[in-house]
Amino acid sequence: MPVIRVENLTFRYNGTEVINEIGFTVERGVYLAVVGPNGSGKSTLVKNILGILKPEKGRVELFGRRLEDFSSWEKIGYLPQRLSGLNIHFPGTVAEIVQMGLPKKDPALLSDTLDMMAIGHLGRRLIGDLSYGEQQRVMLARALIRRPELLIFDEPTTALDPETRDVFYALTQKLNRQEGTTVALVTHDSGVVGQYAQHLLYLDKKVIFSGTFRDFCASADMTGFFGATSQHIICHQHDSTGSGR
Amino acid sequence: MDLGEIFAYAFVQRAMLAGALIAAVSALLGLFLVLRRFSLIGDGLAHTTFGSVAVVLLVGVSPFYVTLAALPLVMVSSLAIYKLTSSKKINADAAIGIVSSLGIAAGITLSSLSGGFNVDLFSYLFGNILTVNRTELVLSMIVFAVVAAVVFYYYDDLFAVTFDQELARSMGVQTERLNVILFLLTAVSAVLAMKVAGIMLVSALLILPALTALQLSVGFRTTMIAATGFAVGAVFCGILFAFVLNLPAGAMIVVFNAVFLLLVFGIRRLFAGHG
Repeated sequence: MPVIRVENLTFRYNGTEVINEIGFTVERGVYLAVVGPNGSGKSTLVKNILGILKPEKGRVELFGRRLEDFSSWEKIGYLPQRLSGLNIHFPGTVAEIVQMGLPKKDPALLSDTLDMMAIGHLGRRLIGDLSYGEQQRVMLARALIRRPELLIFDEPTTALDPETRDVFYALTQKLNRQEGTTVALVTHDSGVVGQYAQHLLYLDKKVIFSGTFRDFCASADMTGFFGATSQHIICHQHDSTGSGR
Repeated sequence: MDLGEIFAYAFVQRAMLAGALIAAVSALLGLFLVLRRFSLIGDGLAHTTFGSVAVVLLVGVSPFYVTLAALPLVMVSSLAIYKLTSSKKINADAAIGIVSSLGIAAGITLSSLSGGFNVDLFSYLFGNILTVNRTELVLSMIVFAVVAAVVFYYYDDLFAVTFDQELARSMGVQTERLNVILFLLTAVSAVLAMKVAGIMLVSALLILPALTALQLSVGFRTTMIAATGFAVGAVFCGILFAFVLNLPAGAMIVVFNAVFLLLVFGIRRLFAGHG
């Protein structure tokens, strides 16, 4: 049973087609990178999968259930590209926000999660008083605290310093490999694609490529689409890490 | 006249109790509204209330039940503001402006049809908590109980929706249902607040306690409790001073809310300066 199944998904915004007849599946335990140029519909796809936006047509299934019937939201940890409506005067402390939606507050779990993101010292600070990078780490901690089975990240590291970014990716890799957590990562960072993701979904309003990284590197179609140089750069980064997927 | 004598009057007791309940309801809802940039919804709904009261007075409803009778129209207006805003093509301030101006226009037109402004309508413009009747007291108690229950039961969901609506939706929060509940309760709160402070000052009851509590820079739950405390404190001080100095109670309540805000703001600045 796939963790995510998308069939013929189409979404328009004000009459403009943003994604068109997209279909793919994500199996359990996969580390998927969703890539594509600006405006290719990556974030829109994620929002449709999570029910934030309603598609014009098509079907989404999460953990084998239609989105309309899905209720096990604790299985999913989501980090948006940016908070759509954060009011800097919001009086929530870091501890309150990280524990948001937890049915039972667990101080030990909170402490572990904050320490994991190196924000243990910020627990009592208000979210609006933090830097953007710190806020992003708080939101990562929030996505991770439930130890979800599926993590969906939309450009998660844009505000992070290189060191924290590496810590973040190493953590996602550890969760994926050791705990079998499925990861779907929207990113522009081709280096990340090569280093961590086994699967690749290339979007440009529709699915240009969906498959394993190895298939992508071997695909003559993709060479034609990207050009040999671009494809080589991505695949060479992959080779240089020696992860050998 | 000492405090004991003042509190011995049944109408003062009723005013204090109803005022405290309505102020608490307004403060609780006000925090969510202010943080979601719907601060001026109180103004918009108050203006709609003006139109609604004009309708009820025109059809000859007993003044005893005017508050109750005005409710449905104001609730519809509140939902209209929400729906206009949900379309994403109209911002909150513009949506409130549309509904607000329509409410005033309806009020003026209907007053004109009924032979011009009358005393009853003017009494709603400026409010008078000291004239609160038994129906309104009971209504205040019911509304307080409902709002307290909703905030308690949906606390986590309200927190999430106020923090970020899209994130809340990705957590499975039924944001649409929650928003409808919030806007309907706000409508009820605005109609009741009209009795306390008058149509002209309804938004003060929604905004000022929340803003005062936000100055404390404490967590969400504490901010909510503090806002309620400031609101209730302002009602007690306002009614007391109004009674002793023979001034309008609604205006005095708002003045005390503003005084609390200035005090907390000043103290915070003082401490920040010494930090």
